[in-house]
Amino acid sequence: MDDTKLKTHIDNFKDLPGGLLPLMHAIQDDLGFIPEESYGLISQAMKLSVAEVHGFVSFYHHFRTQKSGKNIIQVCRAESCQAMNVKAIEAYIKDKLKIDYHQTSKDEKFTLEPVYCLGNCACSPSIMINDDVHGKITEDKIDQLIEEYK
Amino acid sequence: MKKIYIPIDSTAVSLGANKVFKLIEIEAKKRNIDLAIVRNGSRGIFWLEPMIEVETVEGRVAYGPIEEADVTSLFDNEFYNGKEHPKFLGKTDELAWLRNQERLTFARVGITDPVDLNDYINHDGFNGLKKALSLDNQKIVDEVKESGLRGRGGAAFPTGIKWQTVLDAPSEKKYIVCNADEGDSGTFSDRMIMENDPFVLIEGMVIAGLAVNADQGYIYLRSEYPDALNVLNEAIKTAEESNYLGNNILGSGKNFKLEVRRAAGAYICGEETSLLESLEGKRGLVRYKPPLPAIEGLFGKPTVVNNVISLATIPIILSKGAKYYADFGVGRSKGTLPIQLAGNLKNTGLIEKSFGITLRELLFDFGGGSASGKKIKAVQVGGPLGAFISEENFDVELDYEAYSKLNAVVGHGGIVAFDEDINMAEMARYSFEFCAIESCGKCTPCRIGSTRGMEVIDKITSKNEPEKNIALLKNLCGTMVDGSLCAMGGMTPFPVMSALKYFPKDFGVDAEQVEN
Repeated sequence: MDDTKLKTHIDNFKDLPGGLLPLMHAIQDDLGFIPEESYGLISQAMKLSVAEVHGFVSFYHHFRTQKSGKNIIQVCRAESCQAMNVKAIEAYIKDKLKIDYHQTSKDEKFTLEPVYCLGNCACSPSIMINDDVHGKITEDKIDQLIEEYK
Repeated sequence: MKKIYIPIDSTAVSLGANKVFKLIEIEAKKRNIDLAIVRNGSRGIFWLEPMIEVETVEGRVAYGPIEEADVTSLFDNEFYNGKEHPKFLGKTDELAWLRNQERLTFARVGITDPVDLNDYINHDGFNGLKKALSLDNQKIVDEVKESGLRGRGGAAFPTGIKWQTVLDAPSEKKYIVCNADEGDSGTFSDRMIMENDPFVLIEGMVIAGLAVNADQGYIYLRSEYPDALNVLNEAIKTAEESNYLGNNILGSGKNFKLEVRRAAGAYICGEETSLLESLEGKRGLVRYKPPLPAIEGLFGKPTVVNNVISLATIPIILSKGAKYYADFGVGRSKGTLPIQLAGNLKNTGLIEKSFGITLRELLFDFGGGSASGKKIKAVQVGGPLGAFISEENFDVELDYEAYSKLNAVVGHGGIVAFDEDINMAEMARYSFEFCAIESCGKCTPCRIGSTRGMEVIDKITSKNEPEKNIALLKNLCGTMVDGSLCAMGGMTPFPVMSALKYFPKDFGVDAEQVEN
């Protein structure tokens, strides 16, 4: 891991009130994840213990401590999508990519995550690939999207 | 030049609005037709999205839902002159979905370009702020109190009283925090305001700051809404450049700074004290109350924590007056509620209505019945912590008190319909599962009870001493209600118990076994 990069992020946020949250976003946006080796430097700068930094990162579903695949697919498991049979969609994606939730496909192209509501409930079922939401998802659409993002 | 509108709202985009936009641009160039394309917000008629509009001498006309394959024929039929086409819907304002609403908070949504400040101002924007600048603190708070506005996030606490507490709290530093962690399934009204009319939220927050003497605001925005983040940041920058935000707002000598903070995927952070912990850079553990956030909130200072819709409703209350707003609604539920129709419905989207409409009107008059064509079996109102409503209660008027009598909640106005294929025991089990995933872990009944709840439901459905386990489930739910600090543990029993009460057969038991 590149310490200079990390230090730049830390410098940007260490004096900001409540700066730990935006700092962690900055690191993850940059590196794709928050490496556990960074906890030492972060804890010193933010006047926290390493345990507190770990506790913070592990509390939030959004933060990851492992590299993800090229694309992150989030499948909405919440009620509105359940009402539109997301369970079948969920099973189809898992089978197609041969992975379960929180796993990355062998070719490292896709990481699969559950999500609880994308605010696209009027067009359930929905999935999100990276920052793009896709509504009224069908098996055909999944095939198409996976080709597109590969 | 012909003016046409193609929505940029993320639901419209999730159905291909950006692709349609690009194709229309290309086709126009090819045919040498001069089009001025506005990326407007969505009207909230999501079953017709992507819905494009064309400005004609008689007003705007709509076409939808537009697929990429429709673009060539749209041009062949001269849609840009408002001409007929199989996807022609008529005048937008005359569509029944829109005509039958009372749009106050959402007055501009879908009509304007979200990030065009002049468009905002030309549609009554900042009239509320100008009014507020002419009033003293107490007068602003009084206006909000008299409007009867209650917290639209779900808790329905009177907004004016909250503001009064913060105004009366002596402190040099105070904060306005906007709760934009809209995590309830079936809800998207906050997202729509932020993506489609961000200036109204900014205006509401500035007024809140003026009312209670706060000069710093934060919008705590869920990470699942990247488009809203971009729109808000752009709108904040524009508002600062035009002196609607920042120092010496419109020459008044008053200051207000506003910043968006991204959340990180924890549902519990929609609970106000957990949200404040998260904003302070900590794990989002729920706090004890008292002290109330209005007395000791963010960084220990008096803080107004309001939902997006509550804050976005402030400008119209100030500009049109408390009475205008309070004249809508029924009983103690004053004004309007943005209702979101979702799940298994034919026509889904956003409807802003006065309180007092029934679920039956919403599901069938607006919603057109289920999408699958099957019978609607249950409806969850108010998000994952809201009760399931069965058909026998479809005629109860939607208002806070009437729903409370049903052991149900109006919440944030999300309505998710399920058809008869749904198994309600599975939904009850999911309520516990969701609670187990999202519990902050502070209160034992919530942290552990949620997992035990799943196990007890499994025992009931597998016919393992059902009567004994039903009694245990009721007891567990009672413990969670009484022994949890916040609504996560305290309300998860609502959907569970309503599922058991109204749909015992799905649990493999009969009504008498449940009642005993």
